[in-house]
Amino acid sequence: MKEIILNKLIEKLGDSQIEFSEFRNDLSILLKKEHLLDAALLLRNDEELKFDMCKDVTAIDWEKRKNRFTIIYHVYSFKNKFELRLKVNIDEADLAIASLSGIWKSAEWYERETFDMYGIRFISHPDLRRVYMPEEFEYYPLRKDFPLLGIPGSLPLPK
Amino acid sequence: MGLEAALTKDGFITTTIDALIAWARKSSVWPMPMGISCCAIEMIAAADPKYDISRFGSEVMRFSPRQSDLMIVAGTVTYKMAHVVRRIYDQMPDPKWVIAMGACTSTGGMYRSYSVVQGIDQFLPVDIYTAGCPPRPENLLNALMAIQEKISKTKARDFQNKARSGAGKI
Repeated sequence: MKEIILNKLIEKLGDSQIEFSEFRNDLSILLKKEHLLDAALLLRNDEELKFDMCKDVTAIDWEKRKNRFTIIYHVYSFKNKFELRLKVNIDEADLAIASLSGIWKSAEWYERETFDMYGIRFISHPDLRRVYMPEEFEYYPLRKDFPLLGIPGSLPLPK
Repeated sequence: MGLEAALTKDGFITTTIDALIAWARKSSVWPMPMGISCCAIEMIAAADPKYDISRFGSEVMRFSPRQSDLMIVAGTVTYKMAHVVRRIYDQMPDPKWVIAMGACTSTGGMYRSYSVVQGIDQFLPVDIYTAGCPPRPENLLNALMAIQEKISKTKARDFQNKARSGAGKI
């Protein structure tokens, strides 16, 4: 299965455009930002692969690394009973990435959550609002430079 | 015990209005079960036949704040939820009391985090804090008894001009 996925992706995106790694028999694929939509479309639409479910979208804040954030999509194929992780590195200067909510509907709220917690903007997302934090909140709590107990006074209490 | 004996003997008793009203109040404290998370399960257990909160006259859990005297805040209160809790509290008629049930409501508990209020006394006048994570039903009953103790020391005129500011004396 892994070879099939990798071969199809290389065939579509070109050689040396993807990196991959394995951990405990799980495959992760590191994509370039501009290839994410193409790769996602291929994975979902290909009759053999059929990755028909997006299980989670999240991000990692590396704080001091050059490309500060990694965005991770967990996708699953019911046909092959196979889970795959798609990763994309993005830089703080340009915190935007194509939304996959048009490909996997379930990604919509996961992307909202990622936006809420990390401040990453998903281009052409239908409804990019905060999920957990109040709408008027100004910070992104899961970033490494956000203090554990929050910014005093940023969340109002009654009275 | 004392009351029945007195009534069967002479058919009347002498007391003060304050004592009578306080006795009536403390014997039917209707709780508003503000069950927000896991503490609510222990609060429900306190109402079951084994622990039986009705022994203390508090079995009437009112899901309307307008009919209740005691708010049992059972669970983690986030900053977002704090506004809801306060709003429900404000709808309860005076006199009213508050139990902060468990570590989360008392201090934030294990949720030392940006999203959780580190103690509901930041926005509510708490009368009794209950330790435990979650507290056992006995512990909640103990808190209820402490509330009754507190009520029995009140005077009717304490509540005349409303404005019961903060947690009063016990």
